Amino acid sequence: MAGDTARLAEDTFPKLLLRNAALFGDRPAMREKDLGIWQTWTWSQMLEEVRAFSLGLRALGLQAGGKVAIVGSNRPRLYWTFAAVQSLGAVPIPVYSDAVAEEMAFVLKHAEATMAVVEDQEQVDKLIGLAKRLPKLKHIIYDDDRGLKNYDHTTLHPFDDVQDSGRSLAKADAGVVAAWEKHIHEGKGSDTSVILYTSGTTGQSKGVMLTAERCVGAARDTVAFDRLTETDETLAYLPLAWVGDHYLNYAQGMVAGFCIACPEGPETVAVDLKEIGPTFYFAPPRVFEGLLTQVMIRMEDAGALKRRIFSYFMDVAKQHGEAILDGKPVPFSARLKYALGNMLVYGPLKNVLGFSRIRVAYTAGEAIGPDLFSFFRSLGINLKQLYGQTEAFLYVTAQPDGAVRADTVGLPMANVDIRIADNGEVLFKSPGMFAGYYKDKAKTKETLTKDGYVMTGDAGFFEADGQLKIIDRAKDVGKLKDGTLFAPKYIENKLKFFPDVKEAVAFGDQRDKVCVFLNIDLTSVGNWAERNNIAYASYQELANHPDVLATMEKHVRQVNADLAREPQMAGAQIARFLVLHKELDADDGELTRTQKVRRSFIAERYQPLIDALYSGAKEADITTEVTYEDGRKGKLSARVKISDVERYDVPAMKEAAE
Amino acid sequence: MTLVDTLPAGQREVLLEVDNISLSFGGVKAISNISFDIRVGEIRAIIGPNGAGKTSMLNVINGFYHPQEGTITFEGVPRKRMRPHHAATHGIARTFQNIALFRGMSTLDNIMTGRGTLMKRNLLWQALWTGPAEAEEIEHREAVEKIIDFLEIQHIRKTPVGRLPYGLQKRVELGRALAAEPRLLLLDEPMAGMNREEKEDMSRFIIDVNTQFGTTIALIEHDMGVVMDLSDRVVVLDYGKKIGDGPPEEVRNNQDVIDAYLGVPHE
Repeated sequence: MAGDTARLAEDTFPKLLLRNAALFGDRPAMREKDLGIWQTWTWSQMLEEVRAFSLGLRALGLQAGGKVAIVGSNRPRLYWTFAAVQSLGAVPIPVYSDAVAEEMAFVLKHAEATMAVVEDQEQVDKLIGLAKRLPKLKHIIYDDDRGLKNYDHTTLHPFDDVQDSGRSLAKADAGVVAAWEKHIHEGKGSDTSVILYTSGTTGQSKGVMLTAERCVGAARDTVAFDRLTETDETLAYLPLAWVGDHYLNYAQGMVAGFCIACPEGPETVAVDLKEIGPTFYFAPPRVFEGLLTQVMIRMEDAGALKRRIFSYFMDVAKQHGEAILDGKPVPFSARLKYALGNMLVYGPLKNVLGFSRIRVAYTAGEAIGPDLFSFFRSLGINLKQLYGQTEAFLYVTAQPDGAVRADTVGLPMANVDIRIADNGEVLFKSPGMFAGYYKDKAKTKETLTKDGYVMTGDAGFFEADGQLKIIDRAKDVGKLKDGTLFAPKYIENKLKFFPDVKEAVAFGDQRDKVCVFLNIDLTSVGNWAERNNIAYASYQELANHPDVLATMEKHVRQVNADLAREPQMAGAQIARFLVLHKELDADDGELTRTQKVRRSFIAERYQPLIDALYSGAKEADITTEVTYEDGRKGKLSARVKISDVERYDVPAMKEAAE
Repeated sequence: MTLVDTLPAGQREVLLEVDNISLSFGGVKAISNISFDIRVGEIRAIIGPNGAGKTSMLNVINGFYHPQEGTITFEGVPRKRMRPHHAATHGIARTFQNIALFRGMSTLDNIMTGRGTLMKRNLLWQALWTGPAEAEEIEHREAVEKIIDFLEIQHIRKTPVGRLPYGLQKRVELGRALAAEPRLLLLDEPMAGMNREEKEDMSRFIIDVNTQFGTTIALIEHDMGVVMDLSDRVVVLDYGKKIGDGPPEEVRNNQDVIDAYLGVPHE
């Protein structure tokens, strides 16, 4: 199509902004709830706002190549800042607004930011506190003036003032606007569009440089993939500095021309979601988990009739919902029942959650439980999974409509080339691939293979239907003594999907079989105990209850059955397990502060239990030191029972796969 | 920044002056011969041990109690006694030690009641809710929304106040007092029963009200750390008498004040 080739001429975001203002001038580009009322900016109004701010920034001395830090939550003005900075050929650098001063100082210093555009007093205070360490930072521009009235305004500027100076420049000389637009058209696709700093959970944060044409190119592919258009709408509530927000909202919004709605504040997201009813939505699994829990708790409190209607139609949805969503053949009677259910249950429920208009929803970041995933899909919400990275400018793989599974992350995105390394690590080349880490050639080289593929650090493999499955971090994947692939996190996640299993730790690398430690979930199991009149005094006592152990054994057997069905994983079924006498705790160093298990530390600490697991003993004694919340230390000893679990035959497919 | 803002609190124009106030209930002398002033734009703290007469003093200022002796001069007009309605319409608003909100009503409606004294249309107009009454309500709603935004309570805009945690209820009460657009804001223990984080938030709001709107604030508070950090000047009461008055650091070193707090036997 002619239109398509014309569109391809836009290889930077400012060019897309100009295009959108021309094509969809009167359509909404941004919304924000202010004083309780949704305010809307059309694409042409947004262009004017961006231009005014951009000219104002130039008057403050921003030049091509300059770096501007952006700190704050999802506010229209901060989104405009991206475009305004890019229009001048300068580079925006979003920084996590909840970053501690130390991290913020590192990023701003490393990026050599000369200006910062921030949301409010909190951020201004932080930056003023860092002023001595950031000699290059010349100007701070803020959006919300609350509490800033009495500050020294020599290098501090209200957003409005900067825009006003830009507007008066444009008014004084019509040539200024034309020159500004001309400058945009002269921008090159190879210019750096944005530098996204990784959150730094795995060491010092690195600045991922992304070029304009690659950003736009990647976004074009996914916009086409999910058929996003200017009539779509999203709610921007994810951190501004995260690749997900920059991609899903800013980049896709510019390419597709859809409308981004900004919530009133972080606490009002649920209400705003309901009011906006986005058509495109992204949330990490824990958000969906939280929603499901909320729904279930509220249903428990509902009247008997409502509960019965709910459970009846949820069964109908469970049986047929996903098939209907995927357009598979479903008996007419089932369709009828589903339609009735939609009227009585699914429709109202989706409305309450703000999911009524959702056309495409994604989740990513961690493994999602199959039941959780099916729950939302069976309601008719087109929830899918994707796999991505900052270094890829998000998408590496995604699930196409109709081919959605809970345990995979989808097919390679258009124009993405994926290869699995010998150690199982996933390598990729993609249109949105990063241009390198900012000022860190060594790290860039470390991350790329010789032929230019990006090493993700994740281990995975392709299923028979071509979908990629991510199993663990590559460095954690090991092998049993007989050479079978052993991915501890994959097994642990399967166990943790049971609501009464809180934590699981799998061992097996360089050993002859797989054994696991379990932690029961005290809330969930405690609830069960209460309902069944089982008295218990402590976690330890409940964890040792024969009925609890029997339930755990059932879960482990179920996991084994699941594993047996997967040719790559079948060899690593769980042979023996035990339920730990205490909950794993970050205070004892057993979990990280983000609640991830520290496998090797646990192995050392519970050495006697591991010895018992592998020696075949039926019980083991253990004494561990515990740290109480007030810092006191104590000793906890217990006798722990060890159970053997039946393993399933590995299907004949195994040979075929190998 | 106006010239007034740059002056130290003690040299600014007097907003309210209490002169030789005495208040007794039967034979109990709650306040005896107390005089002090509150100046424009300052944060004035009233402190003292339990039963010192702090709340009684606030009640005298906003006309709930009528003193037997003394005068109260507000904005240059001396009066023998204030009346609550008079105080409210003349720009004095307050919050209470025990939260006094309408528990069944939403945050929004509670704050809206604070606009009551500023509404011009009579009850009938408001009930009919057409024409000028509607326009007036829209105007007041906007003012209330600005307060909601200021106090960052958007997420509880429509929540019944009875369902809110204590700290948020306190914030709503502050919102209702602000809705009256007061020139003098009286806060009776705004931080009582709060945890550290809530106290920090509330302190921030009090400072912001003071700097952003230029509202003069008189507050009673027990948390000495808060008082010393927030206030420009402190008046100390003990057994109904004034035992100290001045900037925080001066009061902190006042021997009478130290005695009152540490408990020296009274003669």
